[in-house]
Amino acid sequence: MVKSTSKDAQDLFRSLHSAYSATPTNLKIIDLYVVFAVFTALIQVAYMALVGSFPFNSFLSGVLSCIGTAVLAVCLRIQVNKENKEFKDLAPERAFADFVLCNLVLHLVIINFLG
Amino acid sequence: MMEGGLVRFLFLILAVAICGAASVFQPISDSHRSAALDVFVPVDGSYKSLEEAYEALKTLEILGIDKKSDLSSATCENVVKVLALSSSTLKDALYALSVNGILKCKSGEDVPKDIVSKLQTGVKDAKLLLDFYYSVRGLVLVKEQFSGTDISLGDAEAVFRSIKALSQSDGKWRYSPNNPESSTFAAGLAFETLAGVISLAPSEIDHSLIQTLKTGITKLFDSIQKYDDGTFYFDESEGPISTTASVIRGLKSFAASESTGLNLPGEKIVGLAKFFLGVGIPGDAKDFFNQIDALACLEDNRFSVPLILSLPSSVISLTKKEPLKVKVSTVLGSKAPALSVKLAQALSSKGSSVINNQELKFDAESATYFLESFPKNFDVGKYTFVFEILLDESANEKAYITEAQTKVPIAATGAITIENAEIAVLDSDVGSVESQKKLDLTKDEAVSLSANHLQKLRLSFQLTTPIGHVFKPHQAFLKLKHESQVEHIFLVKTSGKKSELVLDFLGLVEKLYYLSGKYDIQLTIGDASMENSLLSNIGHIELDLPERPEKAARPPLQLTDPYSRYVPKAEISHIFRVPEKLPAKQISLVFLGLIVLPFIGFLIGLTRLGVNIKSFPSSVGAATSALLFHGGIGAVLLLYVLFWVKLDLFTTLKALSLLGVFLLFVGHRTLSHLAATSNKLKSA
Repeated sequence: MVKSTSKDAQDLFRSLHSAYSATPTNLKIIDLYVVFAVFTALIQVAYMALVGSFPFNSFLSGVLSCIGTAVLAVCLRIQVNKENKEFKDLAPERAFADFVLCNLVLHLVIINFLG
Repeated sequence: MMEGGLVRFLFLILAVAICGAASVFQPISDSHRSAALDVFVPVDGSYKSLEEAYEALKTLEILGIDKKSDLSSATCENVVKVLALSSSTLKDALYALSVNGILKCKSGEDVPKDIVSKLQTGVKDAKLLLDFYYSVRGLVLVKEQFSGTDISLGDAEAVFRSIKALSQSDGKWRYSPNNPESSTFAAGLAFETLAGVISLAPSEIDHSLIQTLKTGITKLFDSIQKYDDGTFYFDESEGPISTTASVIRGLKSFAASESTGLNLPGEKIVGLAKFFLGVGIPGDAKDFFNQIDALACLEDNRFSVPLILSLPSSVISLTKKEPLKVKVSTVLGSKAPALSVKLAQALSSKGSSVINNQELKFDAESATYFLESFPKNFDVGKYTFVFEILLDESANEKAYITEAQTKVPIAATGAITIENAEIAVLDSDVGSVESQKKLDLTKDEAVSLSANHLQKLRLSFQLTTPIGHVFKPHQAFLKLKHESQVEHIFLVKTSGKKSELVLDFLGLVEKLYYLSGKYDIQLTIGDASMENSLLSNIGHIELDLPERPEKAARPPLQLTDPYSRYVPKAEISHIFRVPEKLPAKQISLVFLGLIVLPFIGFLIGLTRLGVNIKSFPSSVGAATSALLFHGGIGAVLLLYVLFWVKLDLFTTLKALSLLGVFLLFVGHRTLSHLAATSNKLKSA
């Protein structure tokens, strides 16, 4: 039983991997960006767990900047994905422009909150 | 010249009551004279400037103090030197002539011709008020001091008019035709100058000009200021003493120079006199000079001479039976003319009038008025005496004025009789007397009492004034002092017929710190109106109080040295907020490195994915806008970094708005170009 479960897991992983390779490159770039942002957030949380949350606003600012930009990247991915029927009429450049603008606003707020 | 002639007699008896606080003003006395010798001490045997020399010598002359002759020789040398030079300034010439008038260094036929011609050209060429002042007044002094000179102003009316042109409608004067700044001090200078012009004019000056000047003076008096005690003064940037003195000098010169009377409100003249007398003894030489000079002008002038009512002592002692003395004199202390003084009212502190319309007798030897007898119902306490002065109708050379009513605070003191003084120990519940002793509070006694905490101590006595009323003293204290030097003070209250204090030891046990033992009893009775205030040791009382419980307060530590309560106190150590514990530097640096790792991973992943910038536009226009787009984003990020480091939100927002508009523009161009190329690729 254990062996089949691990074999199932391996099979699952391999099929996911192959399915994922089919995604277009620009979506993969966005996915990579999201992973990068999330990892940065995790490292900040680990730091806080280690040394305590003294300048709490700084901690929040850092974590929320990573999470926020990840969320915006996910939105971009949804809008740019050609398989998404809802956003068929939206030009990907427009979505990218929205992404840039929202990021700039987010980072202004973050820098203000950083202290 | 004006018709020099007889002065009109003006008898003004003012009906206007001057309301305000009661206060006494003393005329100039010997204390002023001795202070003057201290204030006007020249530095190194000579005065610093001729102006200071003049002020000092004039003040000493008015006060009747003899100047030292060695000093005057040094000053005279200076004066002669200045008068000989034709290059002396107008100001120096004026003050040299003023000092000369007092010291008489040069006189008679020895006319300083250079100075005279300088002053005459000064008058012709003058444009500023001060130039007119120095030159005209200098010529007046030359005329007074040197005989055989015929000095007169050629075109006096023109000079008058040009000085008058500097006046303003509110009564103040300007210093210069160009400068709109005006001042009351300048008005005083202008009056003196115009008076000099009138006296030097060869023929009479147009009467209408003088009339406009008089209306100007009336206007100036509208700007006079007053204090509550009835003193009036003029205030300017030069200070009230200098400004008021300048105006009074000007008014005196003006009134002396022309025959028709100058009508000034009498109440204000008295108020001005009171202002200067109320200054006391000034410490500053200039203030001293201004005070004495102004009072001398008020003492001897042609409009009205104020008279001051003063009292050498404002305390009436009913035991000594001395009369109340009142003096009336001029401001410098000279004799007043014949007049009578009446005590209109003596208002007690309750407001009722005890004495009405009592005329005071006059003692010619000491020149004082006195009130001998007081009515039978004149009790101790505080009173306000209202005096009225009536000038005799007989001919006076000068016009004297006084205040309508002078209010003076008077204190009447007397011996208070103490009767029925007794001290008793009472049983609290029943109120029955356990032991009672009669006291004679005028001497120390050695009464011995004892009480326990269930009993009360009662002290009572009666205080009566000389005419038999009940007297309520300001201070009536009973002090209980324990053997261990712990003291307690209690107030004795007066009500109705007697003063009484009841100490209920049951309620006072805690206040007395549960200390049993022998307590000394001391009684203090005092008041400002009481001539026989007393402090008497009555005796002692043995108090039996219960044991001190655990939580009761301990008696305070009695210091052996009463001054040791003033030693420095313990130092206060402040507790500051403990700063937050920051993590060790190494950990922070390690995590800084760790943060960079995902970014490096991102870049590696990108290269693995095979990112390229193939679709970067190649045509010039599109390329520049693409470059600008990326540059704009980079600039915004740089702005954020600067914002974090040093800028504030408002400058950031301003810069951001500019960059944002630019970025929008450029971004739109780039992205539409990209969209167009991808559409072309799709359709193609």
